[in-house]
Amino acid sequence: MTPQEIHDGLKAKFGDAVVEAKLDAPQPWIRIAPNKMKSLCFFLRDDASFQLDYMMCLSGVDYNDGNLGVVYHLFSMVHKHKIVLKANCPKDNPLVQSVSEVWGTANWHEREAYDMFGIQFDGHPDLRRILCPDDYPGFPLRKDFKVPEFYNGMKVPY
Amino acid sequence: MIESRVLPTDYVTEPGRFRTSTGKTLKTDEMIINMGPQHPSTHGVLRLEIVVDGEIVVDVIPHIGYLHRCFEKHAEHMTNYQQVIPYADRMDYLASMNNDWGYALAVEKLLKLEVPPRVEYIRVIMAELQRIASHLIALGTFGIDMGAFTPFLWCFRDRERILDLFEMTCGARLLYNYIWVGGVSHDLPARFVEKAKDFCKYFKPNIVELNNLLTYNEIFIKRTANVGVLPKDVAINYACSGPMLRGSGVNWDLRRDDPYSMYNKFEWDVQVGKGEMGQVGDVWDRYIVKVREMEQSVRIIEQALAAIPEGNVQQAIPKRIRPDHGEVYVRTESPRGELGFYIVSDGSTSPSRVKARSPAFVNLSVVPEIAHGCMIADLVAIVGSTDIVLGEVDR
Amino acid sequence: MEELGKTILKLIPVIGDQLADISVLVFVIGAAPPLIFILLYALVTLYTEMKVSAHIQDRVAYMYTGYHGILQPVADILKLIQKEDTVPDSADKTLFRLAPYLVFIGTYAGFAVIPFSSAYMGSNINLGVFYLIAASSIVVIGLLMSGWASNNKWSLLGAMRSAAQLVSYEVPTALAVLVAVMITGSLNLNEVSKFQDGGIQNWILFGGPMPITQKLLLLPFTFITFLILFLAGMAEVNRTPFDLPEAESELVQGFNTEYSGMKFAIFYLAEYANMFLVSAVATSLFLGGWSSPFGSFMSGPVWGVFWFVMKGMFFVFVQIWMRWTLPRLRVDQLMYTSWKVMTPFLFVCIFAVGLILVL
Repeated sequence: MTPQEIHDGLKAKFGDAVVEAKLDAPQPWIRIAPNKMKSLCFFLRDDASFQLDYMMCLSGVDYNDGNLGVVYHLFSMVHKHKIVLKANCPKDNPLVQSVSEVWGTANWHEREAYDMFGIQFDGHPDLRRILCPDDYPGFPLRKDFKVPEFYNGMKVPY
Repeated sequence: MIESRVLPTDYVTEPGRFRTSTGKTLKTDEMIINMGPQHPSTHGVLRLEIVVDGEIVVDVIPHIGYLHRCFEKHAEHMTNYQQVIPYADRMDYLASMNNDWGYALAVEKLLKLEVPPRVEYIRVIMAELQRIASHLIALGTFGIDMGAFTPFLWCFRDRERILDLFEMTCGARLLYNYIWVGGVSHDLPARFVEKAKDFCKYFKPNIVELNNLLTYNEIFIKRTANVGVLPKDVAINYACSGPMLRGSGVNWDLRRDDPYSMYNKFEWDVQVGKGEMGQVGDVWDRYIVKVREMEQSVRIIEQALAAIPEGNVQQAIPKRIRPDHGEVYVRTESPRGELGFYIVSDGSTSPSRVKARSPAFVNLSVVPEIAHGCMIADLVAIVGSTDIVLGEVDR
Repeated sequence: MEELGKTILKLIPVIGDQLADISVLVFVIGAAPPLIFILLYALVTLYTEMKVSAHIQDRVAYMYTGYHGILQPVADILKLIQKEDTVPDSADKTLFRLAPYLVFIGTYAGFAVIPFSSAYMGSNINLGVFYLIAASSIVVIGLLMSGWASNNKWSLLGAMRSAAQLVSYEVPTALAVLVAVMITGSLNLNEVSKFQDGGIQNWILFGGPMPITQKLLLLPFTFITFLILFLAGMAEVNRTPFDLPEAESELVQGFNTEYSGMKFAIFYLAEYANMFLVSAVATSLFLGGWSSPFGSFMSGPVWGVFWFVMKGMFFVFVQIWMRWTLPRLRVDQLMYTSWKVMTPFLFVCIFAVGLILVL
């Protein structure tokens, strides 16, 4: 399936949930409303014509304009087609539906995105920090992150 | 502490899985043990919190991050795209060449840059040599996990030859900083091709030797067959890749199915686990896939060495890297699986966001899924067979 | 020293009175040769193990301390003596300190009935083999003690494994010993060795000094029994492929995880001594003990020591060889081997040997 067909299929099924798309980019992407993510992803995985069963990557991004984003790189092992999904959320209320039930691999990727960007994944079974210590202040990959001067009584730029 | 988690209480009894004492019969209390961060068989500083009922593992919770070195943060703060490469080196320190290549390929794609054929050939040779070296460590340490010490040193003996080749090429033995965006840092030295051919000739019988010592050892087969079975659908759902996915019987290799560089010019076969000793997707299958991949890598190297063209390896290296606005996700087949780099460029000289999708990170996340109901010794086998490098898991 | 010995002996009410006038020194001198032997042998085996493993693994091992590193074992032991002897804060300190000595005592006590030659034997008691099996069970207590006292979950797991393993493997060991005892009709190891004197053809491994038909009938059974005895012995020593109690890659170091310095050295010494003990038992029961393989050629009490140590060392070498070649079994497979393979085979062997001897 071409990205155009995937886009049309999603548009027909979910309508408003498909916010924006850029299908002429080298790696075409579709922007989805963050609160429709889960049902849409279940559809993408299970529908026989899409079968995007392999999630290559899930990344959090800080666009530096007050928005955080989650980027999903999907691939179909059956049909060998790719698509990129994106979901944006405001920095002060970063809430995106979790897809960890859809793809098992999303579990840890979402934990990482939470750890680095503070994106809250709604419905994630175990949303804890994964790489940073549990008591680490702030979310280090946000563009406005300032390295704390002291961490647990230790001076940081030692 | 345990009460808050829902513990699976009833397991199917099938080969390789054990029924824990459930309900009224005999069950007393589970014990929680910390495996790691300092443990001989966690391959680095991985901490597995395991809940055991006697010897039987009831639940596994991996805790990672002990080696987190902020690769992604570092990458954003470089002044230049080229400067990220030494950091990519240090991600998976056993397969630095492949990591360099993955990153360089992503930036080249962002720049729409063509590299000369000689560079491509050199990269293929280096990456395949590195794959052999990495698999040798994986197999050797897996032998140690199984209690066999000798294969480890045999593997290291052979790996040493590969490191010698790398050393004569770029001066470094572990972290090379060799593959740059648009080229490589040094051309191949004189006599490299002969020495690499000698290595191939030397190495092939040693695989047979390793097989005789370890692979077809009765105890080894008993320990690994039917253990830690990873079914095909779970493997795909958890986006496992590399030998882990192929061990589960999925015929999938990025070098063939999503070809990059020169890989479609060579003749070689993708190795798939067939369940020869037990079920498809058990630990033995994951092990044997790595062994057979080494043979295929030798084949690729031999073909590449025979066909390598002349040329200038540095002519395509851009003086100044400043890609347009845009983003790219490029995946390559590292020894551990699909190594992806997602790079977002904001038009400046350094990346705005680099996400490394490390195969070991993803492969490790499936371990709790397949480790229920196995013995502690099997857990060691499962973790060993996933072939994780904690530098890459934690980045 | 003598006073102390007499006081100790007086504390034992029944035999104390009779023995009080005998100098304790006699016992000490009588018991010393095995200890001296163990210490020397440990040095040699340490070196052998390192060199053998190195050559198996395509290395050269130590080369600098003396000629081909021959002084390295001495240096190793000096290092272990100098090391800080730590006791974990939360450990049960009394048991923790006691455990390594108990393990060593269990092994050392076994040496009392080993006939090093026709002239020397620590204690010439009639129930030699029986005593040996009983005495070596003390090791289990020592291992359990060390695992429990360390207050470390890995140690505890290792101790549980070792207890299960040693107890299970005592069954095939005892049954295998029984086969040899049935053929010779004596529990005294010296008698068993004497029974096989007169050349390689008289060894029980090859059917013993029996008439030719009986010999040929016995041969397959004794052969299987010997193999099982040796393997079960290896399991009792905790050597690869049966080294589960100290499985490095699974349990860190098993029961001796928390030990360091001299206490660790004693565990090590006990393990090495046990290796020889197992080989010695197998040798005395099945390979003629101190008797020369060439009949009366090169035989005699002094040659006896030579043959005995040579045969023992050969099996120590085999153990080292197997350790550096094979992977390790899993707990359930280990138990399976003991209860479902070795024990039934031995029952068959005992029955068959009994039948052949009666006929």
